[in-house]
Amino acid sequence: MTLTPVLTAHWDESDSYTIGAYRRHGGYDQVAQGLAMDPDALIQLVKDSGLRGRGGAGFPTGMKWGFVPQGDGKPHYLVVNADESEPGACKDIPLMLANPHSLVEGCILTSYAIRANHAFIYVRGEVPHVHRRLRAAVAEAYAAGFLGRNILGSGFDLDLVVHAGAGAYICGEETALLDSLEGRRGQPRLKPPFPAVAGLYASPTVVNNVETIANVPYIVRNGAEWLTQWGTEKSPGFKLMSVSGHVRRPGVYEVALGTTMRQLLDYAGGMRNGGEPKFWLPGGSSVPMLTAEHLDLPLTYEDMAAAGTMLGTATPMVFDDTVSVVKAVTRWLEFYKHESCGKCTPCREGTGWIAGTLEKFEAGHGSEPEIGMLEELCGQILGRSFCALGDAAATPFPAALKHFRDEFVAGTHTPADVAFDPVAATVLPAGATR
Amino acid sequence: MTSPTAPATGGAATSPAVVPGVPATPPPTEQVTVAIDGVDVVVPKGTLIIRAAEQLGIDIPRFCDHPLLEPVAACRACLIEIEGQPKPQPACAIPVAEGMRVRTAATSPMADTAQRGVLEFLLINHPLDCPVCDKGGECPLQNQAMSHGPSQSRFSIAKRTFPKPVPLSAQILIDRERCVSCARCTRFADQVAGDPFITLQQRGGRQIVGIAEDTPFNSYFSGNTVQICPVGALTSAAYRFRSRPFDLVSTPTACEHCASGCALRTDVRRSTVLRRLAWDDPAVNSEWNCDKGRFAFPYLGADRLHEPLVRVPGAAGDAHEEASWPEATRRAATALAAAGPRTVVLTGGRLTLEDSYAYAKFARAALGTDSIDFRARASSDEEADLLRSVVAGSGLGVTYADLEAAPTVLLVGLEPEEESPIIFLRLRAATRQGATRVFTIAPYASPGAAKLGARVLAAAPGQEPGVLAALGRAAAGDDLPDLAAAGAVIVVGERAASVPGTITAALALARSSGARLAWVPRRAGERGALEAGALPGLLPWGRPLADPAARAQVADAWGIPADDLPAEAGLDLAGFVAAVQADVADAAAAQEAGEPAPQPRVGAVVVAGVEPADAPDPGALLQALRDAPFVLALETRATPVTELADVVLPVGVVTEKSGTFLDWEGRARPFGQVQRASTAITDARALGLLARALGRPMGSIEVASLRAELAGLGRWQGPRPEGTAVGAAAPVAARAGQAILATWRHLLDEGLLQRGEPALSATARPAVARLSARTAEALGAADGEPVTVASEHGSITLPLAVTEMVDGVVWVPANSAGSTVNATLRVGPGAVVGISAGGAR
Repeated sequence: MTLTPVLTAHWDESDSYTIGAYRRHGGYDQVAQGLAMDPDALIQLVKDSGLRGRGGAGFPTGMKWGFVPQGDGKPHYLVVNADESEPGACKDIPLMLANPHSLVEGCILTSYAIRANHAFIYVRGEVPHVHRRLRAAVAEAYAAGFLGRNILGSGFDLDLVVHAGAGAYICGEETALLDSLEGRRGQPRLKPPFPAVAGLYASPTVVNNVETIANVPYIVRNGAEWLTQWGTEKSPGFKLMSVSGHVRRPGVYEVALGTTMRQLLDYAGGMRNGGEPKFWLPGGSSVPMLTAEHLDLPLTYEDMAAAGTMLGTATPMVFDDTVSVVKAVTRWLEFYKHESCGKCTPCREGTGWIAGTLEKFEAGHGSEPEIGMLEELCGQILGRSFCALGDAAATPFPAALKHFRDEFVAGTHTPADVAFDPVAATVLPAGATR
Repeated sequence: MTSPTAPATGGAATSPAVVPGVPATPPPTEQVTVAIDGVDVVVPKGTLIIRAAEQLGIDIPRFCDHPLLEPVAACRACLIEIEGQPKPQPACAIPVAEGMRVRTAATSPMADTAQRGVLEFLLINHPLDCPVCDKGGECPLQNQAMSHGPSQSRFSIAKRTFPKPVPLSAQILIDRERCVSCARCTRFADQVAGDPFITLQQRGGRQIVGIAEDTPFNSYFSGNTVQICPVGALTSAAYRFRSRPFDLVSTPTACEHCASGCALRTDVRRSTVLRRLAWDDPAVNSEWNCDKGRFAFPYLGADRLHEPLVRVPGAAGDAHEEASWPEATRRAATALAAAGPRTVVLTGGRLTLEDSYAYAKFARAALGTDSIDFRARASSDEEADLLRSVVAGSGLGVTYADLEAAPTVLLVGLEPEEESPIIFLRLRAATRQGATRVFTIAPYASPGAAKLGARVLAAAPGQEPGVLAALGRAAAGDDLPDLAAAGAVIVVGERAASVPGTITAALALARSSGARLAWVPRRAGERGALEAGALPGLLPWGRPLADPAARAQVADAWGIPADDLPAEAGLDLAGFVAAVQADVADAAAAQEAGEPAPQPRVGAVVVAGVEPADAPDPGALLQALRDAPFVLALETRATPVTELADVVLPVGVVTEKSGTFLDWEGRARPFGQVQRASTAITDARALGLLARALGRPMGSIEVASLRAELAGLGRWQGPRPEGTAVGAAAPVAARAGQAILATWRHLLDEGLLQRGEPALSATARPAVARLSARTAEALGAADGEPVTVASEHGSITLPLAVTEMVDGVVWVPANSAGSTVNATLRVGPGAVVGISAGGAR
């Protein structure tokens, strides 16, 4: 396995984010090619490629497009979920900074396939530099005639709007995103109806992740077969994987699906202390943690599921043995408590209760019965909450308990900062000292 | 109400509810079979699981679920297992499907643990203040925590707290730490009332219900949110900390505030009314009512008269002295006996059916007079003709269900949100479903009309007959109502009587188009008074006085010779005022001529529940009462009428007696005695005492007897008089500095029955004067600046609200603070009034 630079191929060029650089490498050539195709053929192409959603759930992209009813007389919409907020995930934001035009071109092709004349990129509000860069890229695309009325004389119209969120993790949930985009308070909607039937402004809507849409121009250029040269039958293609934590070279690595964590660690220069991770999470804080014994598992949707976790956003966080599991899990639960939207009872009340109880363990004030209680509380949220945010919040503790029960037992008498030196765990910039 | 196309006799064989082309029963819906806990139930397709379970009597806990609100599935208390699905599902949001197998907590460990888990989560941050919480004792959270929740708390960290309470309006307060975020209140405000003034704010555990800054929750329906709140988070200023539910004695009642006919529950503690709730009547008010019906009850106990009063001459002029009942009735009977058929009976519009019947019977049988009128408001002979020929004795006509099913509803002289709020809510439910279109003939789109999506057929007051006539000629279009569509309804409010020709034109339009006609009075007792015969020329249930057969039926029921009944139509309210004025003139002329004064036309007047300010010219009415030879007042409290009465008999308020109101549909709204220990005398009993003193006993005057006697009479089956067509008045011209007056009442205003509840009054709509931009500009008046509306009698100054409306028209509220049109201007809608920028000069 080697690196598979497609989306990242030209990130090292100083003007990689400009339309000139993008076109220099064949960018936007697929617009004319795609618009000459039958839209249904475009959907079939993506179906044949086996492309799965890169936002975490891994839903087959072409199938999602196929759910949009055609000839229904309603406007259709494409909404790109660029609200990358998952703790540990940092792949869409670098992509939009370094190669925004792949996303813009993907929007054109996808909108054409699903018969949408309006597309929206909902970008996380905390990254104004990305927002600016996307707006610049969209302006360039309008100026070059790839957006607007009668694109390249095809008769196809598309308006692309870049919209900034207002700082809520929940707005990464697709229906909450749609509410937010409509100007409401972002809270998930009751499903059904699903967005493909009644999404934005109650019209058929496709919501896709940034990386998913950015894949589309390359599939159109190279064909469905091309994508399947990488990965497995169920997880074809390549993937941006952002590695963070106690590694020597944290960053975004574009690799074939099926690459193992051990190989990915090698790309990242190995652990900072040369050893093995104490624990790692394949796809953000919302997926169950794994340990060093899982380093040789292929990073695919199916292999991660078989190991009891999920590939998620494929953005591994890696921790060495200086880290208190209790402390890490407590921070994540505090995040979910802070980001719970409040709509449903299990998530609104459960996240606060779990976080507050974990804080007792972190301070060394937990109790043995509360370990069992925390497990039960997670069970009272998992599968019972309104949306996946609650499920995500119910995930870190049971997985941590499975592998590191003794640390929670220690939390009944010893503060986490006594058991683990927080200074030792801190990652400092090269050359910096505390 | 009846359809004008139905036989005029309103015979029982022809149900007025049947309209050609409209199926009598709704089309059959597809039925599906679903098994819940192993028991099969057959329900219509689309039924939610939680509703299907209710049919089997299977209890599923719930907080956010409400049958009249759209599901949100937010509280997660109703999680159940659907066989074949890995995760528990919300029963409140998922429709049943054929063959679905559902397992509730009774048979599914998954559902049981899910439900208990949610209950535990709801309780951890909930304060343990049940002993001081208004909801304690009738609290869904308390009850369901007992039935489906844990008995012990495992929660060992600090509970959430908020500063408390926070007012959402002057009337509605929120204790945020009690809130379970079920969103019932916010959904009610948005979906049902159309007033989305409250919303969920913040997020996570800090999520609260709140308002926008400086925009209080001033909805006419805000009190319903307190009632549907499943915890004690929302409370009313009126009831907060007043009582515990288990100390209350509850009685099902009917609302006395308007003709909508809401079913209510009235709660008393130690004989004091402390609270009113909307009660469930799917045919009328669903489960809602308006804030006036809910909160306006302190008047019941305020300023009451307890002893009869008689006027005695004194050194400093006449004065009232308390008297015994026998003494007071003897004095009154002596005066009434002398006046006999020259007595006039004015009954207001707020009496029960039984009390109105007692007055109608007393007038005819004991006094021999037909001079009786329940309409203490702007009225006309044209209206009386409509009431006698079409409305009275027609039974249950157009219903709420008919309104909801109507493809087209045309409102004439009616602002439902202000004047009959349940009609508003039912029409809003209908328009939200998209099948009903509402049109209104009005000078502008009121907030209520806007919430109905009503199309305004613009008319200055006075132009209504012309608009109606034009509708009869025009073809239906997007902008015009399709009244020929099966089920279309024309709703005529009592205000239509104030513009001559409107009722005639509406009736003609109904007859030519085939649309059904409904008449909607404002006061709760008007329809009952009409059916009781409290109108000149009309005996009970639509019997024409002029018809010998009708007179014979009534005399037979009353056990008196038919000849004892008056055969000539008597005076109405306007006739009474005119007759007294003529008497005064005759007496003055006789005095000048040195002749003895002729016998006055009016010898005595009996007044019951009349507020003079409701009359079109209160000054003229009060002067007539002053000039009348003898005034007997039957009243609950001191009023301008009792002040000048010769004898005052104190009678009971609505909660001290049982009785019946007829709502605008003609539907009986019987209610029981709320204050059961009360010894107050009812109007009917007082009349019984008077009749006995007159030597003309009326038989049993108990409510049950009167009710049975009325029922025994039954509806009139014979021919009815045709009304006389009335043409529109000649158009009036407003010169510069003048405008045509438009006015109607706000729901919450200076009405007597709203006294003593300042928190309610504080949520009233502010009084403004409305002008179109062009009229305002011609006047040199700016939005928000004072504008003065003046007649020869007085002036009203209000801030201007520039409104999209008919030019040359000024609208002011009829009876709000600083804007009492009848009392101040002494003119009605359609009159030309002066308008000027700035304050009164």
